[in-house]
Amino acid sequence: MRLFRQKMPFKALIGLLIVIISISGAMFAPILAPYPEADVLGRAWAAPSAGHWLGLDNLGRDVLSRLLYGARLSIGLSLLITALSFTIGVFTGFSAAVLGKTIDMILSRAVDLLLSMPALIFAMVVLSVLGTDLAVLIVTIAILDATRIFRVSRSLAMNIATLDFVEAARLRGEGLWWILRREILPNALAPLVAEFGLRFCFTFLFISALSFLGLGIQPPNADWGSMVKDYSAMIMLGVPTVFYPAGAIATLTIGINLLVDWLVSTSAAKH
Amino acid sequence: MLTLVIKRAALGLMTLWAASVLIFAGTQILPGDLAQAVLQNNATAENVAALRHDLGLDRPAVERYADWLGKAVRGDFGTSLINKRDVSSDLAPRLYNTLFLALYAAAIAVPLSVALGILTAAWQGSIFDAVANAVTLLAISLPEYFLGYLLIKWVAVYWGLFPVLASVTPETSFSGRLYMAFLPMLTLVLVIVAHMMRMTRASVIAVMSSPYIEMALLKGLPKWRVVVEHALPNALAPIINVVALNLAYLIVGVVVIEVVFVYPGLGQSMVDAVAKRDVPVVQACGLIFATVFITLNMVADILALVSNPRLRHPR
Repeated sequence: MRLFRQKMPFKALIGLLIVIISISGAMFAPILAPYPEADVLGRAWAAPSAGHWLGLDNLGRDVLSRLLYGARLSIGLSLLITALSFTIGVFTGFSAAVLGKTIDMILSRAVDLLLSMPALIFAMVVLSVLGTDLAVLIVTIAILDATRIFRVSRSLAMNIATLDFVEAARLRGEGLWWILRREILPNALAPLVAEFGLRFCFTFLFISALSFLGLGIQPPNADWGSMVKDYSAMIMLGVPTVFYPAGAIATLTIGINLLVDWLVSTSAAKH
Repeated sequence: MLTLVIKRAALGLMTLWAASVLIFAGTQILPGDLAQAVLQNNATAENVAALRHDLGLDRPAVERYADWLGKAVRGDFGTSLINKRDVSSDLAPRLYNTLFLALYAAAIAVPLSVALGILTAAWQGSIFDAVANAVTLLAISLPEYFLGYLLIKWVAVYWGLFPVLASVTPETSFSGRLYMAFLPMLTLVLVIVAHMMRMTRASVIAVMSSPYIEMALLKGLPKWRVVVEHALPNALAPIINVVALNLAYLIVGVVVIEVVFVYPGLGQSMVDAVAKRDVPVVQACGLIFATVFITLNMVADILALVSNPRLRHPR
């Protein structure tokens, strides 16, 4: 199979397949899921049966349905946050590189400050005051994530901004927005796409970890991280339900990593 | 040399100070009234005003910050908002537990990963190399809790080898601690060995491709001598950096692992405190984690300076 006029190796194909399955599971959850996500259908921890392929959970809800609906929240939210953090990070990173001097220094120092602490610890400090509201969660993670993207896009733009065609555009009197969008962005796109995959993975794991700690997405909404938390207690008795959401998280992460590995190697080969 | 080290240490102290400002600002100046948040449903105007006064929220933020930092440096983190107990004496045994787990994991992970990294680099392209790479890639991709539950399911429940829950108490003996904390330690080791081994391998391989190594090989030196005596000293700086970064990562990983294994450490306290909005405890935990993280990063840079003469004379 070919994508972007490049032949895809076997590993990347597997990655692509995992990602496509996960996304279609999330998109078509209402059609695919046999039951609504929050309906109590029987005894708690009922074993898998013909009616319930993966059994029932701690409150007697269908695990398969919750897994499918959970994909919507886990993947959808990670995509939203990554898109938001990219918008912030790429814009500030490019601006810092193009404008230089004072603005670059202020932004870089601010980013250094945010990076001086582990993201999880800082997120927990903020969530303790603002509460685990969905909007708070999105903005906090997006800003923390944007710091990493700022670094990458700044160093990319630094190299591009010194090239002659950017200088020419400046002398022509083009504005900042035009230079960022028409001169810098197209030339930085390939590495940024690979970075998007990496950051998505990171955000996805980060939200899942927060939900697992009980500080992320709050019930009754299903998401994979909080499903792991809810189902973990039964592992002592040998009920393997916890491995469905945890396995889903792990599989999607591996899939994206395989895909990103390939993107990185092809974009590196081009330069 | 000495001035460079002092400069780096001063930078570390400044970063630490900045982090303390950030933690304080994060919990105090952000929108949302703390007193209101703590009281929630009981928030009558009088109650809120009384609690604001008790917490000192009616004083200017800078004054409160100076007060908080001054006490924190001396080990006094105030009293918990939830159970009114002294935060420092509550957290001290938990800090010990967390450090114990982190050091336990590091003591096994660091030699193991450096040795594996060198071996895979020396036998690059062999089956051993391929298998080690596949396993570590898998370990990197799996979330910590997934690895933790896999180990619980197989090692603890199925084989019955180690306890499922690492509920150590202050009375637990040292060997008892080693035994009870075995599974959380193993989970942490799996996660960080993967990172450290891959980076060690990459940096040794990078050095191995330089001309002087080819020279040594052509001279007829045995391969192990080339790797250990010629390649390793030059690969040391990046390896030290990676080791320190991963030890810093332990600090974050430990939060999740402690929750998985119900291990009574600092991370678990912080998670509980965040859920209950117990701000003094969150601040204390945040500051301790940040201190360890920043110190490890600083030590990494200083060791890299010491191990690499070229860095000592920046041009």
